[in-house]
Amino acid sequence: MYKGGKIIASLIIFVGLLTIPFFYNMGKVNAGPEINLDTPAILALAPADQQCVESPEVMKANHMQLLNQWREAAVRDGQSVYINSQGKSFEISLQNTCLNCHSTEAEKASVTGGMSNPAFGSTQFCASCHDYNAVQPLCYTCHIGSKEAAK
Amino acid sequence: MKVLFSLLAVIVLILVAIMGAYTTSLHYTFGIIIPYLALTLFVGGFIYRVVKWGRSPVPFRIPTTIGQQKSLPWIKQNKIENPTSTLGVIVRMALEILFFRSLFRNTKTELSQGPKGPILAYGSAKWLWLGSLFFHWSFLIILIRHLRYFLDPIPFSIQILESIDGILQIGLPAVYLTDAFFLIAVTYLFLRRIFIPQLKYISLAADFFPLFLIMSIASTGVLMRYFYKVDLVAVKQLAIGLATFQPVLPSGIGAMFFVHIFLVSSLFAYFPLSKLMHMGGIFMSPTRNMISNNRMVRHINPWNQEVKYHTYEQYEDEYRDKMKKAGIPVEKE
Repeated sequence: MYKGGKIIASLIIFVGLLTIPFFYNMGKVNAGPEINLDTPAILALAPADQQCVESPEVMKANHMQLLNQWREAAVRDGQSVYINSQGKSFEISLQNTCLNCHSTEAEKASVTGGMSNPAFGSTQFCASCHDYNAVQPLCYTCHIGSKEAAK
Repeated sequence: MKVLFSLLAVIVLILVAIMGAYTTSLHYTFGIIIPYLALTLFVGGFIYRVVKWGRSPVPFRIPTTIGQQKSLPWIKQNKIENPTSTLGVIVRMALEILFFRSLFRNTKTELSQGPKGPILAYGSAKWLWLGSLFFHWSFLIILIRHLRYFLDPIPFSIQILESIDGILQIGLPAVYLTDAFFLIAVTYLFLRRIFIPQLKYISLAADFFPLFLIMSIASTGVLMRYFYKVDLVAVKQLAIGLATFQPVLPSGIGAMFFVHIFLVSSLFAYFPLSKLMHMGGIFMSPTRNMISNNRMVRHINPWNQEVKYHTYEQYEDEYRDKMKKAGIPVEKE
């Protein structure tokens, strides 16, 4: 091989770059966020009410659109009731509707004055999935997030 | 015809992927076995091709230059375009690989009918360079961005890259600049092969197939982000499972993901067999990566046969006795 040393060294660097994920994750446990659908708050609801605002599939895929829609309804149009695809109505409120189920008891207890929102830092709500996939919603730019809640 | 053939091939791939996506029993094959297989083929094939190239001899020093050669002290040398040092070569190669220096010099030739007969005209043509630059850089950034599925925790640098990419904050989820650039650039690269007659004439199925494949990969990616959404947490679990060699197959990922990953796997597997190997090949272009010292240093053809010498001394040693007997003078007694 001509200039074999250089070529082989370059190939090793190339393969090294390609296999970064293998080395980076070596020995780590593949643990994604676990969202409990059986928190005390959810279990306390009547079985018919245990579904989220929309079906889990719709919520997984479209919660950001729904939150945008809620924001516009509440802040710009002054509506406070959302009627879902099955005709059920929900109060448009992150604090009172979403967080009612999607939070732990300890986090709920720490809410004081309603300014800093524990939702963003909750292991049961925004942060766990969003941190896992590095999704940074624009909510955090105004609504003070997990750092504040952690204090 | 060549276009149609390539399009048909990609459509068949997409149909296979859709079949896999909607057959739950095939998810393990499409989500785990095929990606592993494709990566193995990619790495193995890439190394094979590069080593094969490395074994082929380069008989002459053949750097192409567009600058003043090192000459008399009062003539200014172009140290990058006509390098006589390793550093100069490194800079030239970097310009070539990162900014496509050669392509920047691309010209177009036009023959037109003037009043006194045909006129041959040359002009600068930068569109291909611009399109390629956008295409390759967008592709690289998109590839790096995808590391967020393969690394846990996600390094800050990748998050920064992503936030810059989505800096316009249009739409929800935010539109990535690179996605738009990539789709526009790949469409341009395709259309120029269709609409420029000379280019259409020299284009092969092997030129159109990767374009269609890359287009379909980008399209499924965009579709997956905005229209046929997939469960990203499940996707990441699958990806990390692949990266830790402990594959898991979470349920309910979404069909579009399997189409996307199958097309990406096809691209990876096809890569070493195709012209896409210019990724490795560009580093090995002898006209660009050689120091331009043709006349300063004596270069010997590496495959020159070793010549067997039989010197006069050896000759005399062999026949000294006979030479003496015959009265022929010898140098050594």
